[in-house]
Amino acid sequence: MRALGRIATPRAAGLSVAVLTGYGLAAVLGGLAITVFALLLAAGDDAQSPPPYAYICRVLGFTLWQAFLSTLLSLLAAILMTRALARQAQFPGRMLLLRLCALPMVMPTIVGIFGVVAVYGGSGYLALVADAVGIDWQPRLYGLAGILIAHVFFNLPLAIRLLLPAFASVPAESWRLAAQLGMGSRDIFRIIEIPLLRQQLPGISIIIFMLCFTTFAVALTLGGGPRATTLEVAIYQALRFDFDLRLGAMLAILQVIFCAGGAWAVWRAGRQMVLGNTARLVAYRYDGRASRARLVDFSVIIFGAIFLTLPILALVQRGLAGMVAAASPASLLSAALVSLGLGLAGGLTATLIGYLIAQARQRALLQGRKRGAMLLGLAGRLGLFVSPMVIGTGIFLAATGSVDLYRIAAAGVILLSAVMALPFVLGVLEPALEVAAARHDRLCAALGLTGWNRFCHIDWPTLRRPIATALALSSVIAMGDLGAIALFGNQDMVNLTLLLYGQLGAYRLDGAASTALILLALALAFYWTIERVVGGRELH
Amino acid sequence: MSYIDIAGLQFTYEDLVMRFDLTVDEGEVMAIIGPSGAGKSTLLALIGGFEAAQAGSIAVGGEDITDLAPDARPVTTLFQDHNLFAHLSVAQNVGLGLHPGLRLSAEDRVAVAWALEQVGLTGFEDRLPGQLSGGERQRVAIARCILRKRPVLMLDEAFAALGPALRREMLQLVLSLKVRNNLTVLMVTHDPADAAFAADHTSFIADGQVVMSGDTATVLASTHPAIRDYLGT
Amino acid sequence: MRLKSFLKSTILVSACVVAASSALAQDKPVLTVYTYNSFTSEWGPGPALEKAFEANCACDLTWVALEDGAALLARLKLEGRNTKADVVLGLDTNLTTEAKTTGLIAPHGADVSALKLPIAWDDADFVPYDWGYFAFVYDSEKLKDPPKSLDELIDGKDAPKVIIQDPRTSTPGLGLVMWLREVYGDKAPEAWAGLKPKILTVTKGWSEAYGLFTQGEAPMVLSYTTSPAYHQIVENSDRYKALVFPEGNYMQVEVAARVEGSAQPDLAKSFLQFLISPEAQKVIPTTNYMYPVRDIGADLPPQFSALPQPEKSLLLSPEDAAAHRDAWTKEWIESVSQ
Repeated sequence: MRALGRIATPRAAGLSVAVLTGYGLAAVLGGLAITVFALLLAAGDDAQSPPPYAYICRVLGFTLWQAFLSTLLSLLAAILMTRALARQAQFPGRMLLLRLCALPMVMPTIVGIFGVVAVYGGSGYLALVADAVGIDWQPRLYGLAGILIAHVFFNLPLAIRLLLPAFASVPAESWRLAAQLGMGSRDIFRIIEIPLLRQQLPGISIIIFMLCFTTFAVALTLGGGPRATTLEVAIYQALRFDFDLRLGAMLAILQVIFCAGGAWAVWRAGRQMVLGNTARLVAYRYDGRASRARLVDFSVIIFGAIFLTLPILALVQRGLAGMVAAASPASLLSAALVSLGLGLAGGLTATLIGYLIAQARQRALLQGRKRGAMLLGLAGRLGLFVSPMVIGTGIFLAATGSVDLYRIAAAGVILLSAVMALPFVLGVLEPALEVAAARHDRLCAALGLTGWNRFCHIDWPTLRRPIATALALSSVIAMGDLGAIALFGNQDMVNLTLLLYGQLGAYRLDGAASTALILLALALAFYWTIERVVGGRELH
Repeated sequence: MSYIDIAGLQFTYEDLVMRFDLTVDEGEVMAIIGPSGAGKSTLLALIGGFEAAQAGSIAVGGEDITDLAPDARPVTTLFQDHNLFAHLSVAQNVGLGLHPGLRLSAEDRVAVAWALEQVGLTGFEDRLPGQLSGGERQRVAIARCILRKRPVLMLDEAFAALGPALRREMLQLVLSLKVRNNLTVLMVTHDPADAAFAADHTSFIADGQVVMSGDTATVLASTHPAIRDYLGT
Repeated sequence: MRLKSFLKSTILVSACVVAASSALAQDKPVLTVYTYNSFTSEWGPGPALEKAFEANCACDLTWVALEDGAALLARLKLEGRNTKADVVLGLDTNLTTEAKTTGLIAPHGADVSALKLPIAWDDADFVPYDWGYFAFVYDSEKLKDPPKSLDELIDGKDAPKVIIQDPRTSTPGLGLVMWLREVYGDKAPEAWAGLKPKILTVTKGWSEAYGLFTQGEAPMVLSYTTSPAYHQIVENSDRYKALVFPEGNYMQVEVAARVEGSAQPDLAKSFLQFLISPEAQKVIPTTNYMYPVRDIGADLPPQFSALPQPEKSLLLSPEDAAAHRDAWTKEWIESVSQ
């Protein structure tokens, strides 16, 4: 339990290939971002009108406010749910619930919006129930409430997914001590759980904040009107309708400043991890046995499960109803294969890049270079806070004349979706690597175990499950991706999401619902398969 | 009548069906030795309430404790590691023995200071576990055990990670505390020398059963094949 | 190790796939058409048009599908002189002036004498390929007494809830802004203020709006007069109906053009001519659900002829639209944000 001091590593084994590559990749990402911004700023016309400062300030204010509230609500809900799930480690359906948590992260935004509306909208489940019971109540979804509900729906599962493994890092002896000393649940919360949350929440809150800050379709469609304009909408307007590249770049830089700045502040305030070393990963919780604890926990779990699964059920219902108007099996099959292929390729790329960057960051932390570690973490998360429209515009601006981007569309889509999925990979791998490092660094240094040998024999068994989760997560995110594939416009590469949008644009809304259902089912199966195959026995 | 009476205590772990019958007298030190996987730690876990037995009973001082929660039992367990919460100070860790919510009155603080003095760590109140050596950490844990005022102290290979001299020192400390606070001690150890040094009686456990239990010297010199295999004699 | 061999085989397979796809030799001339993705989807006109054109041109027609008309123009501007596009298809009259200022549009050179539109077509650069009227579409099962005029919708106290699109991100949304401006002139802000309480939500694009509408969130949505034709033809349902107003309905005309400096000027010209030929035009109604630009006689489904036709066809000239778009969008934001 001694704080990890600096390890004197022999010079020859100083910088492993992995770490060097990690640094290199981070540098490439950072360099690309800077190039993109530079190109856009330079490309502007001098005849463009001055930026509408008042408008931008209002937009920025709203963006910050809804992102802050969404993050707060998501984290509160996540803390409640994760505590309950960690305490009740075994009940029928627990595995299914955790697996379903992968879905909101996968589904295209428009599908999620339809799901939320189908539950909370004026003609949704809640309204139907109110009607049936006789209450005269109309849900007022379109406004800030709608945005918050949708954001929590999309982000709560991610937060649970990232937070739950942290509870496993508490040594089994701590729970025995708690039982032995007669700690009540409030005491356990104060003495064991709060320090744990203090470690994990910063990283999780950053991801969620950035996701909510860069929101686009949710704000517009559920926001109710132009008062709910976010920064991303303003960027879209600048780059597409006004073709004011300079303004678009400036707004995107503003976005980066807020996201990166927020991340920096949160990381600086974060605490260094205090770790346990138990080999057994599912520690038995004695405090979960009492009937009062059970009541509270299951109430929370059931409420949370209902919140998360209702929209999914609505989508399933609509999807099944829409099966009669589904696309042809041939189109569906080919789109599914494209989705799976591009998804897996994107996921593998993202996981590989993420692992290398996380290793480089771990090394920086080891050498006490906190700032370097933070920069590496930021470089990896670029896909999250640099607007994808800006990236797309920048890519085409840079490539024009020299590279035929349409020819290398497949590679382009894979790389771009990997960059988008990278922050999630890091969210899973960074804490996992910290645990592995604390466990193995000294021993490996003593034995002279480095590089590939160390990975194969020492790190892989410990990191196998987090890597599986990271791979599964990034693969399904890449699979459901629209941004990257729509950027290149190659008609030979149509994935399920593009197929879905094609149906939506051609009045075939029920057909689209069935495609969405197929996409979700495929994603779930894909996720589970990867986690099982790569991760081995599931341990949550 | 013996002080700790374990009768027909049954537990199944993976393929091994364990059944323990054991008696311990008040104020004695009982060492529990045996090969790994025999069930020594499981026995302690059963007594401590961390595992639920499938059959049988445990009685301490005539009172049946088989169904009691861990904190309601008159026992306190010291683990090999992770006895302390790393982010709490020594005083807070010890104070947990008095009040699990860490609401300590001035009196309690005096008690904490006294307990630390008993284990030879006067003035260590504000240090963090990360700043202590392995032996010091175990002593802080022992200080907490004292404050809990439970009559039975169980050591689950508590000193295994310490060097021989330090281990002896710890056992000395435990013995003196036992006398001063009238404790009954059960200690699981993998070193027969510890048993020889500190224990009045020793029980040898193999394959989930108490093979032999009695006077330490007798058990250690026994010609029982399992014991001879284990001791290498 | 399982992971190692798994990784190795995946890399190998992906490499093969990439190599194979780029090794496909092209010996026919390639005509690259930039358009938007609902045009090229299997339910849009793209596949049928491609087949018909390739049958006679001895060429390979390749689509590049972007998100929508605005994305189309933005991509063209980004690529500038180096663009691979030979034809751009999918802009509407609100964007044509801006497109011309890029200097990338070449005169179409097609014979537009046989075109039949409610307005005269005199643009030498752009060729229209379909058109429609924006209209409020309502659910006749939920709304028994729909508003009969724009005034009634805006001023009526009991007017139903309506879903519209954002003019900053969607062409129907922009169309509505232009529409109210044409009808009410400088009094448009008051009109918007009157409409605002009836607006349930403003969505990003037409798909979200129409999806919410069919889900039952609101009884009215901003769409096209031709939308009900889809439900009648494919779903055999008369449930959704379009409203034509005595004040007139605003039009949308979708256009295509040749790109200046393209490598296939003749092929592009013949594609544009093909686009307005009867053979291509008869594909349009049942794929794009818009009116064709010429009289295709019996090939126009009867449901289309039965659709309500507004007395007045409103459409701003491309120059007017381009000049005022910015100001009117800001005005809209102000009026609707209160």
